[in-house]
Amino acid sequence: MEITLNHYLVLSSIIFFIGLAGVVIRRNLLINFMSLELMLNAANLALVAVSHFRNHADGQIMVFFIITVAAAEVAVGLAMIVALYRRKQDVYTDQLNSLKL
Amino acid sequence: MHLLVVWNPLARNTVTNAMFLVVTMLSISGLFILLQAFFMASVQVIVYAGAVMVLFLFVIMLLDLKVEHKRRLRLGSIFVGGILTLASVATFIQVLFGKDAPEEAAGDVVYVGSTSTLGKLLFTQFLLPFEVISVLLLAAMLGVILLSKKELK
Repeated sequence: MEITLNHYLVLSSIIFFIGLAGVVIRRNLLINFMSLELMLNAANLALVAVSHFRNHADGQIMVFFIITVAAAEVAVGLAMIVALYRRKQDVYTDQLNSLKL
Repeated sequence: MHLLVVWNPLARNTVTNAMFLVVTMLSISGLFILLQAFFMASVQVIVYAGAVMVLFLFVIMLLDLKVEHKRRLRLGSIFVGGILTLASVATFIQVLFGKDAPEEAAGDVVYVGSTSTLGKLLFTQFLLPFEVISVLLLAAMLGVILLSKKELK
């Protein structure tokens, strides 16, 4: 069986929805964050697949930028989670329900 | 191989989650290799499976979380959520397969994923975004240093 673009797109959408489910279902901030990474990865997979099948490099450039921004975002987000944990001793979103620190 | 991914957001132990995420990243990098995006595959392994996941594991160990206790599941919300999820996945797949598959670009095979192609593009056509990204990384670094100071004032 020949693997076409659609197979990659379906796999990517499945991974995306698993990540979305992780963000929506779980209460643990760290796991929400990891699921977010999973969603970004699904987008990367779709972009690289399209770039390959269209024989055009722009998609991969975009993936490069997405990976860079994701790395920056992970660093900042984890620092924020650690700061929050220091203040509240908790990482569960249903416990973190006050706007005041 | 990708059946492993499914368990990723569902395990109770956070470290298990992170390890499954590493496996996922590595598999996606393997798919990049299959798509002849060799540079992207190596970047994926180095940045995601390397740096980002090490950061995650550091924070998990730092926070020293207990294994999550079982929460009471509400049947109604599971039902509605399951239906919504299935509906969105089905819509997605239907949209994808509704059209006939786009034809592949004809002609000679250019390895668009090679490092030299991407490097040339990055330093000519995409020079400005490249520099902006470096400034963004610097800003993120400063922000992290500021955030992790002892007292947030």
